[in-house]
Amino acid sequence: MVKINGAYIDAAGKTIAQYLSGTEYNLSRIAVERNGEIVPKSKYNEVVLFDGDCLEVVSFVGGG
Amino acid sequence: MKLTEEQAQRYSRHFVLKEVGVSGQKKLLSAKVLVIGAGALGSSAIMYLAAAGVGTIGICDYDVVDISNLQRQIIHRTSSVGKEKVVSAEHAVGELNPDVQVVLHRQRLTADNIQGVIENYDFILDCTDRFETKFLINDGCVLSKKPYCHAGVVRFGGQVMTYVPEQGPCLRCLLGNVPEDSLTCAEAGVLGAVTGVIGSIQALEAIKYLLGIGQLLVGKVLRFDGLNVHMGVTNFAHSDEGCAVCGVNPTIKSLAENRSDYEIKSCGCGGV
Repeated sequence: MVKINGAYIDAAGKTIAQYLSGTEYNLSRIAVERNGEIVPKSKYNEVVLFDGDCLEVVSFVGGG
Repeated sequence: MKLTEEQAQRYSRHFVLKEVGVSGQKKLLSAKVLVIGAGALGSSAIMYLAAAGVGTIGICDYDVVDISNLQRQIIHRTSSVGKEKVVSAEHAVGELNPDVQVVLHRQRLTADNIQGVIENYDFILDCTDRFETKFLINDGCVLSKKPYCHAGVVRFGGQVMTYVPEQGPCLRCLLGNVPEDSLTCAEAGVLGAVTGVIGSIQALEAIKYLLGIGQLLVGKVLRFDGLNVHMGVTNFAHSDEGCAVCGVNPTIKSLAENRSDYEIKSCGCGGV
Protein backbone atom coordinates (compact mmCIF):
# COMPACT_ATOMS: atom_id res chain seq x y z
CA MET A 1 0.00 0.00 0.00
CA VAL A 2 1.06 3.57 -0.66
CA LYS A 3 0.22 6.34 1.80
CA ILE A 4 -1.20 9.16 -0.32
CA ASN A 5 -2.25 12.34 1.48
CA GLY A 6 -2.64 10.30 4.65
CA ALA A 7 -4.81 7.52 3.17
CA TYR A 8 -3.53 4.02 2.30
CA ILE A 9 -4.16 3.33 -1.38
CA ASP A 10 -3.41 0.27 -3.49
CA ALA A 11 -1.12 2.07 -5.93
CA ALA A 12 2.12 0.07 -5.60
CA GLY A 13 3.59 -0.79 -8.99
CA LYS A 14 2.00 2.18 -10.73
CA THR A 15 3.94 5.16 -11.93
CA ILE A 16 2.94 8.51 -10.48
CA ALA A 17 1.44 9.38 -13.89
CA GLN A 18 -0.64 6.17 -13.87
CA TYR A 19 -1.90 6.85 -10.36
CA LEU A 20 -2.76 10.48 -11.16
CA SER A 21 -4.62 9.55 -14.36
CA GLY A 22 -7.25 7.86 -12.19
CA THR A 23 -7.78 10.98 -10.10
CA GLU A 24 -9.37 14.36 -10.79
CA TYR A 25 -6.19 16.36 -10.24
CA ASN A 26 -5.28 18.97 -12.83
CA LEU A 27 -1.65 17.99 -13.43
CA SER A 28 -0.48 21.51 -14.27
CA ARG A 29 -1.64 22.82 -10.88
CA ILE A 30 -0.27 20.17 -8.53
CA ALA A 31 2.94 19.60 -6.63
CA VAL A 32 3.93 16.03 -5.72
CA GLU A 33 6.31 14.97 -2.99
CA ARG A 34 7.45 11.35 -2.59
CA ASN A 35 9.23 10.29 0.59
CA GLY A 36 10.27 13.85 1.35
CA GLU A 37 11.49 14.84 -2.11
CA ILE A 38 9.72 16.89 -4.76
CA VAL A 39 8.95 14.86 -7.89
CA PRO A 40 9.38 17.09 -10.97
CA LYS A 41 6.58 16.80 -13.53
CA SER A 42 9.06 15.42 -16.07
CA LYS A 43 9.50 12.35 -13.82
CA TYR A 44 5.82 11.45 -13.32
CA ASN A 45 6.10 8.85 -16.08
CA GLU A 46 9.26 7.30 -14.64
CA VAL A 47 8.78 7.19 -10.88
CA VAL A 48 7.20 3.92 -9.78
CA LEU A 49 5.43 3.74 -6.43
CA PHE A 50 6.49 1.04 -3.98
CA ASP A 51 4.83 -0.49 -0.96
CA GLY A 52 5.41 1.80 2.00
CA ASP A 53 6.00 4.94 -0.09
CA CYS A 54 4.54 8.18 1.20
CA LEU A 55 3.09 10.53 -1.41
CA GLU A 56 1.75 14.04 -0.90
CA VAL A 57 -0.21 15.72 -3.67
CA VAL A 58 -1.10 19.39 -3.25
CA SER A 59 -3.31 21.31 -5.64
CA PHE A 60 -2.70 25.03 -6.17
CA VAL A 61 -5.19 27.72 -7.11
CA GLY A 62 -4.31 30.96 -8.82
CA GLY A 63 -6.93 33.51 -7.79
CA GLY A 64 -6.34 36.41 -5.48
CA MET B 1 14.25 55.67 17.29
CA LYS B 2 12.13 56.77 20.24
CA LEU B 3 8.45 55.92 20.26
CA THR B 4 5.95 58.70 20.93
CA GLU B 5 3.38 58.42 23.69
CA GLU B 6 0.70 57.85 21.09
CA GLN B 7 2.73 55.03 19.53
CA ALA B 8 3.27 53.50 22.98
CA GLN B 9 -0.51 53.34 23.37
CA ARG B 10 -1.22 52.25 19.82
CA TYR B 11 1.16 49.30 19.94
CA SER B 12 0.70 48.42 23.62
CA ARG B 13 -0.70 44.97 22.80
CA HIS B 14 2.48 44.21 20.85
CA PHE B 15 4.64 45.18 23.82
CA VAL B 16 2.99 42.50 25.94
CA LEU B 17 4.15 39.86 23.45
CA LYS B 18 7.69 38.89 24.37
CA GLU B 19 8.33 37.96 20.73
CA VAL B 20 7.58 41.55 19.66
CA GLY B 21 8.11 44.07 22.46
CA VAL B 22 9.37 47.61 21.96
CA SER B 23 12.42 46.45 20.01
CA GLY B 24 10.24 44.41 17.64
CA GLN B 25 7.93 47.37 17.14
CA LYS B 26 10.89 49.50 16.15
CA LYS B 27 11.89 46.83 13.61
CA LEU B 28 8.39 46.91 12.13
CA LEU B 29 8.37 50.72 11.97
CA SER B 30 11.69 50.59 10.07
CA ALA B 31 10.60 47.81 7.71
CA LYS B 32 9.51 48.02 4.08
CA VAL B 33 6.99 45.56 2.69
CA LEU B 34 5.68 45.51 -0.90
CA VAL B 35 2.16 44.23 -1.52
CA ILE B 36 1.60 43.34 -5.17
CA GLY B 37 -2.12 43.50 -5.81
CA ALA B 38 -4.61 45.66 -3.91
CA GLY B 39 -7.46 43.21 -4.48
CA ALA B 40 -8.93 40.62 -2.15
CA LEU B 41 -5.74 39.13 -0.65
CA GLY B 42 -4.11 42.55 -0.62
CA SER B 43 -7.04 44.09 1.26
CA SER B 44 -6.58 42.13 4.46
CA ALA B 45 -2.80 41.89 4.12
CA ILE B 46 -2.34 45.64 3.72
CA MET B 47 -4.72 46.50 6.57
CA TYR B 48 -3.01 44.17 9.04
CA LEU B 49 0.47 45.31 8.02
CA ALA B 50 -0.63 48.93 8.44
CA ALA B 51 -2.30 48.28 11.78
CA ALA B 52 0.85 46.52 13.01
CA GLY B 53 2.90 49.61 12.17
CA VAL B 54 5.00 48.36 9.25
CA GLY B 55 6.67 51.68 8.48
CA THR B 56 6.69 51.57 4.70
CA ILE B 57 4.12 49.69 2.64
CA GLY B 58 4.46 49.67 -1.12
CA ILE B 59 1.24 48.98 -2.98
CA CYS B 60 1.39 47.88 -6.61
CA ASP B 61 -1.74 47.76 -8.79
CA TYR B 62 -2.94 49.36 -11.99
CA ASP B 63 -6.64 48.56 -11.72
CA VAL B 64 -9.58 50.71 -10.61
CA VAL B 65 -12.19 49.78 -8.00
CA ASP B 66 -15.25 48.08 -9.48
CA ILE B 67 -18.44 47.54 -7.53
CA SER B 68 -18.05 43.76 -8.02
CA ASN B 69 -14.79 43.98 -6.02
CA LEU B 70 -16.45 45.20 -2.83
CA GLN B 71 -17.89 41.80 -1.85
CA ARG B 72 -14.34 40.79 -0.82
CA GLN B 73 -11.88 43.67 -1.28
CA ILE B 74 -12.56 45.26 2.10
CA ILE B 75 -9.89 47.95 1.88
CA HIS B 76 -12.05 49.75 -0.69
CA ARG B 77 -15.34 51.60 -0.14
CA THR B 78 -18.46 52.12 -2.24
CA SER B 79 -17.43 55.75 -2.60
CA SER B 80 -14.14 54.55 -4.18
CA VAL B 81 -15.76 52.85 -7.19
CA GLY B 82 -14.00 54.13 -10.31
CA LYS B 83 -10.93 55.32 -8.39
CA GLU B 84 -7.48 53.79 -8.67
CA LYS B 85 -7.08 50.91 -6.22
CA VAL B 86 -3.69 52.18 -5.05
CA VAL B 87 -5.23 55.56 -4.14
CA SER B 88 -8.20 53.97 -2.42
CA ALA B 89 -5.89 51.67 -0.44
CA GLU B 90 -3.57 54.54 0.47
CA HIS B 91 -6.55 56.45 1.85
CA ALA B 92 -7.63 53.49 4.00
CA VAL B 93 -4.12 53.03 5.38
CA GLY B 94 -3.85 56.74 6.17
CA GLU B 95 -7.11 56.64 8.10
CA LEU B 96 -5.96 53.58 10.06
CA ASN B 97 -2.37 54.45 10.94
CA PRO B 98 -0.55 57.72 10.19
CA ASP B 99 2.76 56.05 11.12
CA VAL B 100 2.75 54.21 7.80
CA GLN B 101 4.28 55.69 4.70
CA VAL B 102 2.57 54.34 1.59
CA VAL B 103 4.50 54.13 -1.66
CA LEU B 104 2.31 53.83 -4.73
CA HIS B 105 3.37 51.77 -7.74
CA ARG B 106 0.65 52.34 -10.35
CA GLN B 107 2.01 49.99 -12.93
CA ARG B 108 1.64 46.56 -14.42
CA LEU B 109 4.65 44.52 -13.37
CA THR B 110 6.62 43.06 -16.25
CA ALA B 111 9.82 41.13 -16.85
CA ASP B 112 11.48 44.51 -17.45
CA ASN B 113 10.41 46.44 -14.35
CA ILE B 114 9.71 44.04 -11.48
CA GLN B 115 13.27 43.73 -10.20
CA GLY B 116 13.60 47.51 -10.01
CA VAL B 117 10.42 47.68 -7.91
CA ILE B 118 11.15 44.86 -5.47
CA GLU B 119 14.77 45.82 -4.79
CA ASN B 120 13.70 48.53 -2.33
CA TYR B 121 11.75 46.20 -0.06
CA ASP B 122 12.57 43.78 2.76
CA PHE B 123 9.70 41.40 2.03
CA ILE B 124 7.14 41.00 -0.73
CA LEU B 125 3.59 39.67 -0.73
CA ASP B 126 2.15 38.11 -3.88
CA CYS B 127 -1.52 39.08 -3.68
CA THR B 128 -2.11 38.78 -7.42
CA ASP B 129 -4.81 36.80 -9.15
CA ARG B 130 -3.10 35.00 -12.02
CA PHE B 131 -0.47 32.28 -12.23
CA GLU B 132 1.47 34.16 -14.93
CA THR B 133 2.03 37.08 -12.54
CA LYS B 134 2.70 34.74 -9.62
CA PHE B 135 5.51 33.13 -11.63
CA LEU B 136 6.85 36.57 -12.62
CA ILE B 137 7.03 37.47 -8.91
CA ASN B 138 8.56 34.10 -8.03
CA ASP B 139 11.25 34.26 -10.69
CA GLY B 140 11.95 37.96 -9.98
CA CYS B 141 12.34 37.29 -6.25
CA VAL B 142 14.57 34.26 -6.84
CA LEU B 143 16.84 36.18 -9.26
CA SER B 144 16.92 39.26 -6.97
CA LYS B 145 17.34 37.08 -3.84
CA LYS B 146 14.25 38.55 -2.16
CA PRO B 147 11.99 36.74 0.31
CA TYR B 148 8.31 36.66 -0.53
CA CYS B 149 5.02 35.02 0.39
CA HIS B 150 2.93 33.33 -2.30
CA ALA B 151 -0.81 32.76 -1.98
CA GLY B 152 -3.73 31.77 -4.15
CA VAL B 153 -7.43 31.60 -3.41
CA VAL B 154 -10.61 30.61 -5.19
CA ARG B 155 -14.10 29.54 -4.10
CA PHE B 156 -13.77 28.51 -0.44
CA GLY B 157 -10.07 27.79 -0.12
CA GLY B 158 -6.51 28.51 -1.02
CA GLN B 159 -2.85 28.00 -0.24
CA VAL B 160 0.08 29.95 1.18
CA MET B 161 3.83 29.36 1.06
CA THR B 162 6.87 31.50 1.75
CA TYR B 163 10.11 31.60 -0.17
CA VAL B 164 13.34 32.68 1.49
CA PRO B 165 16.46 32.52 -0.69
CA GLU B 166 18.64 29.46 -0.09
CA GLN B 167 16.27 28.15 2.58
CA GLY B 168 13.65 26.17 0.68
CA PRO B 169 11.82 25.52 -2.57
CA CYS B 170 10.32 28.22 -4.77
CA LEU B 171 6.96 28.07 -6.55
CA ARG B 172 8.66 26.78 -9.71
CA CYS B 173 10.27 23.92 -7.76
CA LEU B 174 6.76 22.79 -6.86
CA LEU B 175 4.76 23.46 -10.02
CA GLY B 176 7.37 23.45 -12.79
CA ASN B 177 5.80 25.48 -15.56
CA VAL B 178 3.07 28.12 -15.38
CA PRO B 179 -0.28 26.28 -15.16
CA GLU B 180 -2.23 26.70 -18.37
CA ASP B 181 -5.73 26.75 -17.02
CA SER B 182 -6.07 28.54 -13.74
CA LEU B 183 -9.56 29.07 -12.44
CA THR B 184 -10.05 32.75 -11.68
CA CYS B 185 -12.32 34.21 -9.03
CA ALA B 186 -14.46 35.75 -11.78
CA GLU B 187 -15.09 32.34 -13.33
CA ALA B 188 -15.26 30.17 -10.22
CA GLY B 189 -16.41 32.59 -7.55
CA VAL B 190 -14.85 33.30 -4.17
CA LEU B 191 -16.10 34.08 -0.70
CA GLY B 192 -14.63 37.26 0.77
CA ALA B 193 -14.06 35.87 4.24
CA VAL B 194 -11.85 33.15 2.72
CA THR B 195 -9.62 35.72 1.02
CA GLY B 196 -9.42 37.52 4.37
CA VAL B 197 -8.05 34.40 6.06
CA ILE B 198 -5.43 33.81 3.40
CA GLY B 199 -4.38 37.48 3.15
CA SER B 200 -4.08 37.66 6.95
CA ILE B 201 -1.74 34.65 6.93
CA GLN B 202 0.40 36.44 4.33
CA ALA B 203 0.63 39.51 6.59
CA LEU B 204 1.56 37.22 9.48
CA GLU B 205 4.35 35.64 7.42
CA ALA B 206 5.75 39.12 6.63
CA ILE B 207 5.63 40.19 10.28
CA LYS B 208 7.31 36.98 11.50
CA TYR B 209 10.02 37.34 8.87
CA LEU B 210 10.66 40.98 9.80
CA LEU B 211 10.85 40.14 13.50
CA GLY B 212 12.78 36.89 13.01
CA ILE B 213 10.31 34.96 15.17
CA GLY B 214 8.51 31.64 14.96
CA GLN B 215 8.38 29.38 11.94
CA LEU B 216 7.74 30.52 8.41
CA LEU B 217 5.95 28.57 5.70
CA VAL B 218 9.32 27.93 4.06
CA GLY B 219 9.35 24.44 2.60
CA LYS B 220 5.72 24.12 3.62
CA VAL B 221 2.44 24.70 1.81
CA LEU B 222 -0.46 25.69 4.02
CA ARG B 223 -3.77 24.53 2.57
CA PHE B 224 -7.05 26.02 3.74
CA ASP B 225 -10.49 24.62 2.96
CA GLY B 226 -13.02 26.96 4.52
CA LEU B 227 -16.07 25.01 3.39
CA ASN B 228 -15.09 21.81 5.20
CA VAL B 229 -13.08 23.55 7.93
CA HIS B 230 -9.76 21.97 7.17
CA MET B 231 -6.36 23.59 7.49
CA GLY B 232 -3.20 21.57 6.93
CA VAL B 233 0.46 21.95 6.10
CA THR B 234 2.30 19.78 3.57
CA ASN B 235 6.08 19.75 3.83
CA PHE B 236 8.24 20.20 0.76
CA ALA B 237 11.49 20.40 2.67
CA HIS B 238 13.95 20.41 -0.21
CA SER B 239 14.25 22.53 -3.34
CA ASP B 240 14.16 20.74 -6.70
CA GLU B 241 17.77 20.59 -7.89
CA GLY B 242 16.47 20.63 -11.43
CA CYS B 243 14.35 23.78 -10.90
CA ALA B 244 14.60 26.07 -13.94
CA VAL B 245 15.13 29.20 -11.84
CA CYS B 246 16.61 28.19 -8.45
CA GLY B 247 18.12 24.78 -9.31
CA VAL B 248 21.74 23.75 -9.71
CA ASN B 249 21.90 24.59 -13.43
CA PRO B 250 19.12 27.17 -13.94
CA THR B 251 17.89 27.82 -17.46
CA ILE B 252 16.09 31.04 -16.44
CA LYS B 253 18.90 33.50 -15.86
CA SER B 254 17.04 36.67 -16.80
CA LEU B 255 13.36 37.56 -16.78
CA ALA B 256 13.59 39.26 -20.16
CA GLU B 257 14.72 36.03 -21.84
CA ASN B 258 11.77 34.22 -20.31
CA ARG B 259 9.12 36.91 -20.85
CA SER B 260 6.65 34.75 -22.77
CA ASP B 261 6.03 32.80 -19.53
CA TYR B 262 4.63 35.91 -17.88
CA GLU B 263 2.22 37.04 -20.59
CA ILE B 264 -1.35 36.83 -19.41
CA LYS B 265 -3.15 34.01 -21.20
CA SER B 266 -6.20 33.70 -18.96
CA CYS B 267 -8.93 36.27 -18.45
CA GLY B 268 -9.19 37.14 -14.79
CA CYS B 269 -11.20 39.15 -12.32
CA GLY B 270 -9.05 42.23 -12.10
CA GLY B 271 -5.60 43.22 -13.06
CA VAL B 272 -2.21 43.28 -11.47
